[in-house]
Amino acid sequence: MKKNENIVDVKGLKVQFDIKQSFLQEIFTKKRKIVKAVDGVDLKINKGEIVSLVGESGSGKTTLGKAILDLVPVTEGEILFKGKKIDFSNKKEVKKFRHKAQMIFQDPYQSLDPKSLVIDAVAEPLEINNLVKTAEERKEKVIKALEDSGLAPGENFLYRFPYELSGGQRQRAAIAGSLILNPDFIVADEPVSMLDVSVRTGILKLLLGLKESRDLAFLFITHDLSLAWLISDKIAIMYLGKIVEIGESDEIIKKSLHPYTQALLSIMPIPEVHKNRNRKVLEGEIPNPSEIPKGCRFNTRCVHAFDKCKEVEPKLIEIKDGHFVACHLFEEEYNGI
Amino acid sequence: MSSIKREMRKKKLQEFFNNFKQNKMGITGAAILSFFILASVFGPMIFPFDPMEFGVAGPMEPPSSSHILGTDDLGRDIFRNLLAGGRVSLMVGVLATVISMFLGTTIGIVSGYFGKKTDIILMRFTDFFLVIPWLPLVLVLAAILGTSIWNIIFVIGITSWAGTARVVRSQTLSIKERPFVERIRAIGADDKTIMIRHILPNVFPLVFANTILISAVAIISETTLSFLGLGDTTRPSWGMMLNYAFESGAASTGAYWYFLPPGICVVLVVLSFTFLGYAFDEILNPKLRRR
Amino acid sequence: MELLKINNLKTYFEISAGTVKAVDGVSFSLNYGESLGLVGESGCGKTTTALSINRLLPQEGKILGGEILLEGRDISKLKESEIKKLRWNEISMIFQGAMNALNPVMKIGDQIAEAIVLHKKVSYKEAIKRSKELFELVELEPERITNYPHEFSGGMKQRAMIAMALACDPKLIIGDEPTTALDVMVQAQILNLLDKLRKELNMGIIIITHDLSILGETCDKIAVMYAGKIAEFGTVEDIYNNNMHPYTNKLLSSFPNIHKEKIIPEPIEGVPPDLINPPSGCRFHPRCPYAQDICAKEEPMMTKVSEGHEYACHFGGVFNEKE
Repeated sequence: MKKNENIVDVKGLKVQFDIKQSFLQEIFTKKRKIVKAVDGVDLKINKGEIVSLVGESGSGKTTLGKAILDLVPVTEGEILFKGKKIDFSNKKEVKKFRHKAQMIFQDPYQSLDPKSLVIDAVAEPLEINNLVKTAEERKEKVIKALEDSGLAPGENFLYRFPYELSGGQRQRAAIAGSLILNPDFIVADEPVSMLDVSVRTGILKLLLGLKESRDLAFLFITHDLSLAWLISDKIAIMYLGKIVEIGESDEIIKKSLHPYTQALLSIMPIPEVHKNRNRKVLEGEIPNPSEIPKGCRFNTRCVHAFDKCKEVEPKLIEIKDGHFVACHLFEEEYNGI
Repeated sequence: MSSIKREMRKKKLQEFFNNFKQNKMGITGAAILSFFILASVFGPMIFPFDPMEFGVAGPMEPPSSSHILGTDDLGRDIFRNLLAGGRVSLMVGVLATVISMFLGTTIGIVSGYFGKKTDIILMRFTDFFLVIPWLPLVLVLAAILGTSIWNIIFVIGITSWAGTARVVRSQTLSIKERPFVERIRAIGADDKTIMIRHILPNVFPLVFANTILISAVAIISETTLSFLGLGDTTRPSWGMMLNYAFESGAASTGAYWYFLPPGICVVLVVLSFTFLGYAFDEILNPKLRRR
Repeated sequence: MELLKINNLKTYFEISAGTVKAVDGVSFSLNYGESLGLVGESGCGKTTTALSINRLLPQEGKILGGEILLEGRDISKLKESEIKKLRWNEISMIFQGAMNALNPVMKIGDQIAEAIVLHKKVSYKEAIKRSKELFELVELEPERITNYPHEFSGGMKQRAMIAMALACDPKLIIGDEPTTALDVMVQAQILNLLDKLRKELNMGIIIITHDLSILGETCDKIAVMYAGKIAEFGTVEDIYNNNMHPYTNKLLSSFPNIHKEKIIPEPIEGVPPDLINPPSGCRFHPRCPYAQDICAKEEPMMTKVSEGHEYACHFGGVFNEKE
């Protein structure tokens, strides 16, 4: 097992949705309104690596995570899993891929079927893939998955309904359902944002432990930079459907380059007294992804924006080993700042 | 496996009954209904007879000790007719409801789950059944298909599912957007599994409460049809009794014992189903349940 | 000067399973122009405390003891008709997800004006004029009062709700998780706005939140609640830098701090207690790593560290000694 073995390689991924228009609009306007939720993303995730995807709502981070798992249809681009391109029109191949790539959802109160006992919910992936023959085997595997997720002893949780568990326990049960197939890759969509702070760190520890013990690769989607820093090897900052900066997590936090990353960092809540912190609170909100600004998509809110930013879209360029940024300020021909 | 699982189920059932016990409407409905079910199941066993046999006594005799509810214009015992009629009416109610529930649930879930074109087509189809004047359709169908009891059940079943389908569809629309459905899809489950294993159990309480109300409608429908002379003449239902009573002019001659008993029975049974429907709705729908 | 003083407030809920002691002896005070953060995990009684102040408690909830002094007047025993006059005029509230509480088919300006007309004896025209002023106050363009809610973004709607809360010049604003549903950047904007407003208008603000880390920018004082009681109360500096209660300490270390070492903090084991049968003695003792025998037997009293900094623990600051 090589350490740097690539698990997921996303190339030029685009996800677009048609906006539903009213009946009259549909008749009278020829132009379709399109939301470019993900607008050309390249992303590599290696074995035993946690990559965090950070952005505000509307940045397309969740859509990207779901698109990688084929939970929303991909408009353009390809996804390589362990070096092999996945053909999403081939149902068998998709099923096989789903087997190895799982998702953890944000809201543990909603992500478990309220009518399913824990044992049935956790065992469901086994049944769908015909992986168990006897009830005994099924129970054993569920208990193991529950205990691997920190619900020990597993027997005590088998015959409970979701509403009988606390938030943290539910999230662990959902994680058990994802682990039972021994996946290689997990997309974790804000897995702790709905939980109380005191419970959060337990779930984070669990994910880190899984990464270590099973060499799992994670895509960790979050709006919280400090969480991303804590848990991940790499951080990718997304803005309006594109990655604007990506690099090692310490590098991003300590030596960020993109003005958007810097603004996010400056307002990051830190439990410290900081009355005179130099906060760069951006004006306005993230634009509507159906009307992406021309040029650099951040130019409308950027304090450093100059003429070129309004015309030309910057490319993601490597500034340092593994640290990429998409901003004209860092292109070679620019000599300012 | 599972004694524990069984115990869980038992616990849930117990919880349901505890809630039910506190629901006065539900208890009343259950009491009335069980009385009628017992009477129509065991009644004819206790009083074996052919309900259609006439001339057991003189025609239009008022209630007496030998015929506690009197006799009709053909000299048939009304009490015995009532017992036999209950069997038919309840059977029509239950069977028509099963058909209606099956159609309504299937069409509702499929329509809501797949959406898009499937939804549009199925819902227009549903609208068709929802808006066409019910009585003329039933009259026509009953006339074409003939007046056997099975045809009546079929006709009632096929004309009463549209409301259920609508309700189930809207519930499915909201359930399929819930994150747990997405999680199950991410696991790799196909549409059939999701619909049967996850959506159905979640819409079922609603279907159940809705369906009980349909039973009431079905019984009224049967009564109406029979009253209008489209009933099965070989089987004495409450509707048929009312029809005969009307035709023989019982109302104008003051033969209250002829038309009142079947009328009261229909009202009570329909009321009991309605009570039960509301009670189940209240218990199974936690939003309505008071803390 | 003291705007609000709460003394030994007790609010219980009578439900079929028993009596939930949601707020059980809470005391704190707030001055004009000051902001207080009320922090705790879900179910610790922070929202109930707020709802007790302007008496918006659900039917089962009753204030059973203590007093709530607003400018020296006890409002906890006022009749419903009297408290009604206080709501909005003296105390207004911004709810969590309040931006979804706007009527989608009515212009935002009209909705604000309607609220003003309901509470003040002014004409509709004056109310519209006031709405424009309020929009300016919350940094929205006054012309946009004719917009409908769907034309506003989440942050703008929350600003509109704040404008509505300010309509009758309240002395006290209570924000129940006012930024929880918003993005980090918008959250920062809203917190800045609230900070600016309370200084300009000399209002008291109570911010209820589960997120201890957002209070550093905006609050003067913090009250940490646990299981219906105040665990620790003090200035932001006291709570962040000189905390004495193990719960405060644990809670604080649950937030990652990029200026410190990159380690995942230990979670607080166990779950918050059932408030129908709260644990004996100190309510935190079953989850406290430093608990001794006495903690299960005797309830700790509030201990004063310095002026305005108090905590309820038998072994305050014990975690400092170990290190």
